[in-house]
Amino acid sequence: MTIPPAPAPSPTSVLASPTPVTPASGDRGDRLRQLVGSPRLAFVIRRLARAVVSLVIVLIASFFLVHLVPGDPVRAALGPTVSPEAVEALRRELGLDLPLGQQFLDYLRGLVTGDLGVSVTSQRPVGATLAERLPTTLLLAVVSFVVAALGAFPIGVATAVSSRSGRHRAADLGVSGLLGVLIAVPNFLLAVLLISVFSVGLQAFPPAGWGQPSQVVLPVIALAIGPLAYLSRIVHVEMLRVLEEPYLTTARSKRLPGRILYVRHALPNIVAATLTAGGVVLVGLVAGTVLIETVFVIPGIGSTIVSSITAKDYPLIQGVVLVYAILVLAANLLIDLALAALDPRSAIAEA
Amino acid sequence: MSSRFVRTLRTPAGITVIAGVVIVLLATVFGPVLFGEAASARDIAGRQQGASLEHPFGTDELGRDLLARVIVATRISVLLTLGATGISVVGGVIVGIVAAVLPSFARRLVNALIDILLSFPWLLLALFFSVIWGTTATGAMLAVGFAGIPVFGRLVSTLASSVAGSDFVHAARILGSSPLRTAVRHVVPNILPPLLVNTASHASVTLLSFAALSFLGLGVQAPEYDWGRLLNEGARRIYVDPMAAIGPGIAIVLTGVVFSLLGALFSEKRSGRTLRALPRRSRAETRAIFTVPDTAPVVEAVDLRVSFRAEDGGVVERVHGVSLSVAPGEIVGIVGESGSGKSVTAMAIAGLLGPDSLVESDTLVFRGIDMTREPTSVEKRRLALEQAMIFQDPLSSLNPSLTVGRQLREVSEIHGRTGRAAALARAVEALTLVRIPDAARRLGQLPHEFSGGMRQRAMIAMGLMGSPRLIIADEPTTALDVTVQRQVLRALRDAQRSTGAAILLISHDIALVSGFCDRVIVMRHGRVVEELAADRLDEARHPYTRGLIACVPDMGTDRDEPLPVIDAGEPVPEQKEIVA
Repeated sequence: MTIPPAPAPSPTSVLASPTPVTPASGDRGDRLRQLVGSPRLAFVIRRLARAVVSLVIVLIASFFLVHLVPGDPVRAALGPTVSPEAVEALRRELGLDLPLGQQFLDYLRGLVTGDLGVSVTSQRPVGATLAERLPTTLLLAVVSFVVAALGAFPIGVATAVSSRSGRHRAADLGVSGLLGVLIAVPNFLLAVLLISVFSVGLQAFPPAGWGQPSQVVLPVIALAIGPLAYLSRIVHVEMLRVLEEPYLTTARSKRLPGRILYVRHALPNIVAATLTAGGVVLVGLVAGTVLIETVFVIPGIGSTIVSSITAKDYPLIQGVVLVYAILVLAANLLIDLALAALDPRSAIAEA
Repeated sequence: MSSRFVRTLRTPAGITVIAGVVIVLLATVFGPVLFGEAASARDIAGRQQGASLEHPFGTDELGRDLLARVIVATRISVLLTLGATGISVVGGVIVGIVAAVLPSFARRLVNALIDILLSFPWLLLALFFSVIWGTTATGAMLAVGFAGIPVFGRLVSTLASSVAGSDFVHAARILGSSPLRTAVRHVVPNILPPLLVNTASHASVTLLSFAALSFLGLGVQAPEYDWGRLLNEGARRIYVDPMAAIGPGIAIVLTGVVFSLLGALFSEKRSGRTLRALPRRSRAETRAIFTVPDTAPVVEAVDLRVSFRAEDGGVVERVHGVSLSVAPGEIVGIVGESGSGKSVTAMAIAGLLGPDSLVESDTLVFRGIDMTREPTSVEKRRLALEQAMIFQDPLSSLNPSLTVGRQLREVSEIHGRTGRAAALARAVEALTLVRIPDAARRLGQLPHEFSGGMRQRAMIAMGLMGSPRLIIADEPTTALDVTVQRQVLRALRDAQRSTGAAILLISHDIALVSGFCDRVIVMRHGRVVEELAADRLDEARHPYTRGLIACVPDMGTDRDEPLPVIDAGEPVPEQKEIVA
């Protein structure tokens, strides 16, 4: 429902294009599998096709964003006090006076040449603003994801093993409760709490800004801790499932040391499920940068999107929305490719 | 269902959640009436105060009491949350039902679109929509609501298509019910319970989303205020008064938790608890290793009792005092119907029952190793080398992520202290012995590249990597077809001949056991009912054993007569409840 009816070519017609469309239910998937010979390759092809279709939808959605605003977006952007001439001038500058088809073609041409228009408020090219701010956001998201992923495995495995043995009931309950709380507290709230404790209270870390390593700590913690707790839960649940599998009983019958039992026999079997959940986390992290950058006043594209929406700076909004959407698609695709590479059976027999 | 519902409400968790819901409701209904005045009373002299007894959350820049403002903001926060959740649910149900009744091609397209939308996080969708509908409370409600539609669309279409495949829907369709009528009359009532559970959990997500949008300044605008806006204002003066930000934060988190617990409460199952841990043996207790004479029984069990934690939390005994022994090289079969305790007995002998079980016995010894205690490292090594296990399901008893070779070599490498090359040579030998051709290549493959019978034979080969004294085979052929069964039994027999190991074969098939074993133990309801040599089965005295034998048809069976059935009338011995 990204694209409500209006003049947009309906998403159905996009999907009806000859590209093999996901989800391949039954016969379709099998046919593709037979055609390319390997289930792994078929999976990758299907996921690539999905990414392409998604990208097309994203392009259309970001283009029509301005047209979907009720009333006159240009008047709304400039406010009621500006003269009709100025409104007309801006309308012409944004190309909104041209026929719709022409506008779309211009938009696509602009994308190809890297021209995303000019910001209404700052009068700077949108492309330049994005190029300047994107690395910050990427760094924040990637570092947080790495922290979350690296922390989640040991925590999830340890809690699962401990809760299965039932020797440390109280500690298990405590850790599981703590993880539950960490999942429930939204990241922007956590960010505020961290600032009040570590910046205002202990004065250990600066409360805002970007550039020095000490300024990275709090934003990364705020952004990573929720996903870390969530991923730990997933690893925990998956480990508990795998620990009850008959092949683990087989491994136990060989009286293998715990390290080999958990790392060699159990871990590889939770990779697929954990990666899938990791995809959700990664995508959530990308979106979470919007809030975290705003709280910590970090000059990334996340804080840009908020200020541009408030200012109704449509060219900038379009640019940021597009970049965020592409980041999400890229994260999803990355996870899919990792799945294809790591899943031992390449049994990506999709439901 | 309703009695379970009431019982769930009476648990401590249930009472907490209900109390939370009541508090939120009271604050929503009466908050603005009772605290409206305090929330808007300006006190310029007492502005920007920190937390105090009089103002627990402090005051804002106009001297208004922040606690009162947080309480008053409950109404707008909760109403906007409910509004947005309502939009998500109604939109999702429409999309989902439409997707479910569409012809298959269109359905696939709608599902693909939902898939794509689901890959975007709600915040991005909400931001997208808030560009369209503007940064107002209504705009944010529409934005958050629309952003949730794909979630419910997917949920409903999944639920609906599972219901749509059921018999009563087919029946309604055959009776001429139109697709829409079928959907409304037959499908919707059946997906309602899971939908309600998810709505409650989603309300929690919506509440947080709203708070986030307002916090960003894209939701409720001054002079109106919700929790997100209060948090936004509080965060700006966090240096002066942290409670100004923490106060609304607490309200957001607690309400969110109440909503999500409400959802979790009715979908949760009570988890099983572990019974107790095996007593760990102190170092001083470790006995000297002694050599076991080759004539002594491999397994000796006297009065073996095994209990499990039951669903309702009580303890149920499944094996009631079983005594048995297995001589070196002997092939013993345990027969019985499912639930007779034969597998549990075998797993207790192997020391492989999970922590939710309690094993008690006068004696439970495998070649001098007390199996009721945690084995020492020396004992572990001997168990690894001298015991071999084969389970019922060949599809899941080999690790799907490790090559067959890796799984075979492991025991030799870790416990046999064999080098990699020697272990590999041994593995090839073992696979060849169980008649798997092209062993060297096969070792490099993953289990899913093996057929079921081959996997079972690979399991046997795995047991041959040590110096097995006992092979425990728990229904090794039940999941296989008849011709494959024979190959597996032959491999088992070859293994026994080449190593001299004893075999404990568990099966429900008395014909198979009597043909393969030296001695047969018949179990029922957790007890041994009869024990006799395999070639003297016709002398069985116990009616159950005779019943089992009579059930096996042979060439002389009169095919006009119905096959005999075991009389189920014999009372089940009551399961002993033990206080843990």
